[in-house]
Amino acid sequence: MYPITTAHYIALSAALLLIGTVGVLTRRNIVIILMSIELILNAVNINLVAFSQALHNLNGQVFAIFVITDAVAEAAVGLGILIALFRNKETVLADEVDLLKW
Amino acid sequence: MNFLDLIWLIPLFPLCGALLMLLFGRMLDPQPASAVAVAPGVEHTHDEHDHHHGHGHSHDHDHDHGHHHHPHAPLKFLVSLICPGMVLISFLLSVGAVWQLTEKPGRVHQLIQFTWLAGLPFHMLDGRLATFSADWGFLLDPLSAVMILVVTGIGFLIHVYSTGYMAHDNGYYRFFGYLNLFIFFMLMLVLANNYTLLFVGWEGVGLCSYLLIGFYFQKKSAGDAGKKAFIVNRVGDAGFIMGMLLMFSLLGTVRFLDVNAALRSGHFHAETAGFGVLSAMALLFFIGATGKSAQFPLYVWLPDAMEGPTPVSALIHAATMVTAGVYMVARSAALFQLTPQTLNIVAFIGAFTAIFAATIGLVQNDIKRVLAYSTVSQLGYMFLALGVGAYWVAVFHLFTHAFFKALLFLGSGSVIHALGGEQDMRRMGALKSKIPITHWTMWVGSVAIAGIPGFAGFFSKDEILWQTYSSPAGSKMLWIVGLVTAGLTAFYMWRLMNMTFYGKSRVAPEVAAHIHESPPAMTIPLILLAVGGVFAGWLGVPRAWNLSERFYAFERWLEPAFASAATEAAKGGAHDASVEWILMGISVAVAIIGIVVARYFYVRRPEIPDTIEKALKPLHGLLYHKYYVDEAYDVLFVNGLGKGGGRVLGAFDRNIVDGAVNGAGWLTRFASRVSIWWDTWIVDGAVRFGSFTVKLLSYPVCILQTGRVQAYALFVVVGVLIFFGYYLAGK
Repeated sequence: MYPITTAHYIALSAALLLIGTVGVLTRRNIVIILMSIELILNAVNINLVAFSQALHNLNGQVFAIFVITDAVAEAAVGLGILIALFRNKETVLADEVDLLKW
Repeated sequence: MNFLDLIWLIPLFPLCGALLMLLFGRMLDPQPASAVAVAPGVEHTHDEHDHHHGHGHSHDHDHDHGHHHHPHAPLKFLVSLICPGMVLISFLLSVGAVWQLTEKPGRVHQLIQFTWLAGLPFHMLDGRLATFSADWGFLLDPLSAVMILVVTGIGFLIHVYSTGYMAHDNGYYRFFGYLNLFIFFMLMLVLANNYTLLFVGWEGVGLCSYLLIGFYFQKKSAGDAGKKAFIVNRVGDAGFIMGMLLMFSLLGTVRFLDVNAALRSGHFHAETAGFGVLSAMALLFFIGATGKSAQFPLYVWLPDAMEGPTPVSALIHAATMVTAGVYMVARSAALFQLTPQTLNIVAFIGAFTAIFAATIGLVQNDIKRVLAYSTVSQLGYMFLALGVGAYWVAVFHLFTHAFFKALLFLGSGSVIHALGGEQDMRRMGALKSKIPITHWTMWVGSVAIAGIPGFAGFFSKDEILWQTYSSPAGSKMLWIVGLVTAGLTAFYMWRLMNMTFYGKSRVAPEVAAHIHESPPAMTIPLILLAVGGVFAGWLGVPRAWNLSERFYAFERWLEPAFASAATEAAKGGAHDASVEWILMGISVAVAIIGIVVARYFYVRRPEIPDTIEKALKPLHGLLYHKYYVDEAYDVLFVNGLGKGGGRVLGAFDRNIVDGAVNGAGWLTRFASRVSIWWDTWIVDGAVRFGSFTVKLLSYPVCILQTGRVQAYALFVVVGVLIFFGYYLAGK
């Protein structure tokens, strides 16, 4: 059995970040995009916890908890906006909405 | 009690009465709904008792018993109680105040209550900056003392008379409200301590005169007469206002005492040679006086004012208001004394008006109109006296005239009342035995005005003639005019008496059955006025009679008011008793001739007047139509200046005033067009050019800004990757 080292965690974190980023950029459904954002945030969390453990410093874990809290809030607000959007535009597809310009 | 400090109460009581009547009178004397309609079938336009006539003569019996309690107006007697009562209180206060004034040294009492108009900066003629101010203040001096006693005393008697005369008129409370309001304004006029406050009273009495002339406003002629009085008076008032402003610009004050002090200080010299600023000021004041006191050429409103109820004619248009001009000129004696030119004009206008109005009075048939022209004529006498510098004589004649003319008017009212509204003397005659009290009181009045020795009119008129003859400012010519007028006066008054009371009865038979003497409310004032008509004159007997000093009380009393060098000189001047006796004899002879001729013409040989009338048709027509002055004024002023001037002014308005406005409008529009062009092309152009440039430059950026979230996210990722690539490459 190989011991799980920091490098493993970073590899996992990088993978999650990559998957999340690709998800945000390529998926049309805003629900999926929000889920992809969760992946990115969790990649960050894994990174923080891994280094916290490696460096014997609890700051990283504290930050991770903050990030989780933030993710919850962001999901709530994001879904709220999504419902408002659906009510007005009757769509949950990101490429059908192009309001964010001049 | 110090009445002198209570003189402000004197006008206040009648004001209270007026306010009570005009605000609450309707509750005391409810009007029947049909009261406003004029009774139909009235034959004379001058018949002021329309409804008596119209309702038949059954009403007349009520007069006999003197009731004025309408069954449906149980509180009406309160009106008859309050209004004369208020004037009586004022009269008693006046008596008290005058009594105390006699004991005061200098016989002047000024009571300033507060500054009423204040703080108007004003450049005087000599360039000094003054502040216009006028007090709410009262001045009691010998002159205003005479006036308040006349106004309240005779005013009270006429109020009492009116309770009988107006008992069956609609608008009883309204009549008394106006009458009390008139007394208030008249008292303000004579008690004011400055010209501005005097002017308030002056305009106020004008208003009341208008309201009371038009009292029977359902009649068009009454309404027209009211308007005529008001408008003609405006002409005079314009003169008064200008005179007042000129006085302020010259002297810096309008307070009587200050004005007199300034004029008598020696700073100003009499304008004997030319016609200077003082003369202009005096003339402007005199123009004001001609309007109010019905002098030529502004007398035309007074005869028409007879449309009002007869007590109004007696109070306002004979005894008090029309003498306001005389009072005002007498009040300005110090000013007029410095302006001999204006005094000559005053004397001339006075003499001319006296004889002019007297000749018209010779042929009028309406009893009140004869008295109206007589009033104009007597006012002319007063101005003649003022014009020759005999101010106290003018006031003396004002005083005696107030008694006998009020008496004559009230007597004529009693005659009209007795005949159920008849005013035409051709339908009167032989009334002496039917209405004896009216006859005897009017007899006294007519003797008094004719100038028979012993009666009031003799003393004042004789004094005027004497002063006209003897004063340095007078002349023989003016004296002759005055003398002829005296003869004419005696004639027309006795023509009136003879046509009314003596000779054969020409009364319409249906009227004759109802002739009755008036109720005591009317006869008692007549008797009291007759007493005054006899004795009022004994306060100023001729100098030549050489009686004890108390018979010259009037002159002595007024001396402080007119104290100035010139009147002293006139008094001390050649006083030849024998000449005075001769002149007196001539004037009495003329008066007796007038009376005798009138008796001969209208009682003995009633056909003579008709013969003369036929022989001198054009002259009679000229007099009967009042010299066609009204017609001339119609052509000249109403149609000529009024309507023609209206057309000219209309054209001026349309072409010049409107033209200027329209031109200004066109110019503005043109300027605005230029401005629009500038705004559109230059200002807006610059702004639009700026925004266009920005838009142009922003165009490439717009392409990247798709509005899709994922595109933006892609830019972020690409940006991050570029940074990474750069970082890694740098390693």
